[in-house]
Amino acid sequence: MSEIGTSTPVPSSAPAVEVDGLTKRFGARTAFEDVSFAVQYGEVFGFLGPNGAGKTTTVRTLGTLLEPTSGRATVAGLELRPDNGVEIRRRIAVMPEAPGLYLRLSVAENLEFFAGLYELDDRRARIERALRAVNLTDRADELCRTLSKGLRQRVGLARALLSDPRVLFLDEPTSGLDPVAAREVHDLIETLRSRGVTIFLTTHRLAEAERLCDRVAIMNTTLRLIGSPAELRDRLFSKSVELRVREPLPDPERVLGALPGVESWSAGPDAAGTYLLAVADPDQAASAVARAVVDAGADLLALTPSRHSLEDVYLQLIDTDVEASSR
Amino acid sequence: MTSTTPMRLSHTRIRAIVRKELRDYRRNRFVTSSMGVMPLLFVVLPIIDIFKLGSGASGPKLDNVIGLALLYLLLIPALVPAVVAAYSVVGEREQGTLEPVLTTPVRREEFLLGKALAAFLPTLAIAYLMFGIFLAVVGLFAHQEVVTDVFKTSRILPQVLFTPLLAGWSIWAGIAISSRVSDVRVAQQLGTLVSLPPLAVTSLMGFGVIRPTVGLGLVLGAALLVIDIGAWRVVSMLFDRERMISGIKA
Repeated sequence: MSEIGTSTPVPSSAPAVEVDGLTKRFGARTAFEDVSFAVQYGEVFGFLGPNGAGKTTTVRTLGTLLEPTSGRATVAGLELRPDNGVEIRRRIAVMPEAPGLYLRLSVAENLEFFAGLYELDDRRARIERALRAVNLTDRADELCRTLSKGLRQRVGLARALLSDPRVLFLDEPTSGLDPVAAREVHDLIETLRSRGVTIFLTTHRLAEAERLCDRVAIMNTTLRLIGSPAELRDRLFSKSVELRVREPLPDPERVLGALPGVESWSAGPDAAGTYLLAVADPDQAASAVARAVVDAGADLLALTPSRHSLEDVYLQLIDTDVEASSR
Repeated sequence: MTSTTPMRLSHTRIRAIVRKELRDYRRNRFVTSSMGVMPLLFVVLPIIDIFKLGSGASGPKLDNVIGLALLYLLLIPALVPAVVAAYSVVGEREQGTLEPVLTTPVRREEFLLGKALAAFLPTLAIAYLMFGIFLAVVGLFAHQEVVTDVFKTSRILPQVLFTPLLAGWSIWAGIAISSRVSDVRVAQQLGTLVSLPPLAVTSLMGFGVIRPTVGLGLVLGAALLVIDIGAWRVVSMLFDRERMISGIKA
């Protein structure tokens, strides 16, 4: 029996999802506007943004639940058009934020229903495979109303995996889960990624996106930024090294100002004896800085490259938006 | 987003919906009690009325009591599915299951037909069973003049003919309402209300105001059939995925 994510052949060159100038309005309200991006097959693509940024509406639009107001998109090789709706939905799976299970039915009965809606052959085998993928084989006969929130989320994932979708849309899959349950979902997404499943992941959890996603897009009605987490960090923050010495340097400009690879320096904001150095390459600069500080007779306490997280990138971007909108 | 390609309904998907709905109904106390208790009331009350008739009941009085009894029995296909059908779409919205279903390849026509059949099949079984019980009790224990009147073709035919057609009307009206409102109770109250008008014609026949003939029964039956099929199409057209999900019309 094949494993989840390995049985659906996918075209290699065309993107799994390609969006060009897509806009969705509800009357006068704009949910998202002029959004363009592409997701390659086998990629885990993170879709980030504050509440009301248009993330879920984008997923619903790409999942053919909502019709775009303007723009074009291709999903799983098919143009997003009304007459392609059924075929697109056959090729994708969407797991909404709330798993939406029939609580009076058992886990297996829920999956059996959806297997019927996808007109799947060998349903029993597929259900077993999906349950095995989320470690729920022993819960197949339990009613969904008796399951914890984390287990329900896993049933929702199993349901999304049933049809071996070419593109899997996960809308906040760890929302409301405790850390252990969230980690189980992360592990599952990593397993799916290793098997080449294309995942479009909407999330609020920036650490989750940083850990799981090959690339992320940050939305705030319009697409603000797109790239790998490392690219986004580089784009928004200059690289720097933080230097800590026991006593403040008597003439820091003499010690730090002319070092190769150090573009500029400033005194650290928190404590005397701390300096922030803007550098081109933190690794190269660090050894030169260490030598210079020791040669100057100072006691070196720490020399650390500054690490900006995806959260820093996100907050920087959203803060900019908030400032711009308040002007 | 809806398809404009020529429609090919999938029996597999419709069957999946029917099976799921029936499983869900069986474990839903509200539905089982509606489908169990209500029909029992509608069969016990007319039987009591019929047994209250003395052996020398006059023609008009006999007509009235039997007409009323049969009207009670027609309330089963009118009211029982209305309650269930009214729950069908808004109930899915309330429990958050509609969105996952609508992201599958299911067409709206299949979704609605599956829902309708799941309400129709048990209703039909229950309504005919109750009618059978009524006939059996009357045939075995009622006075001869009552038996003769009840077992006339002009009494039985409308009952047999109109049971599925009234159920069809109630179901489509209930689903239409269920697709437009956002509260289960409102849907059920309105669904019950709109299921009643077609009963007017059948009750006029039952009470002998309109002379019930086989021809008239067939004509009215055909009319109701056309209305039922048309209702499926109309309800399907009105079923707007976008509004279902976002609450805003596309």
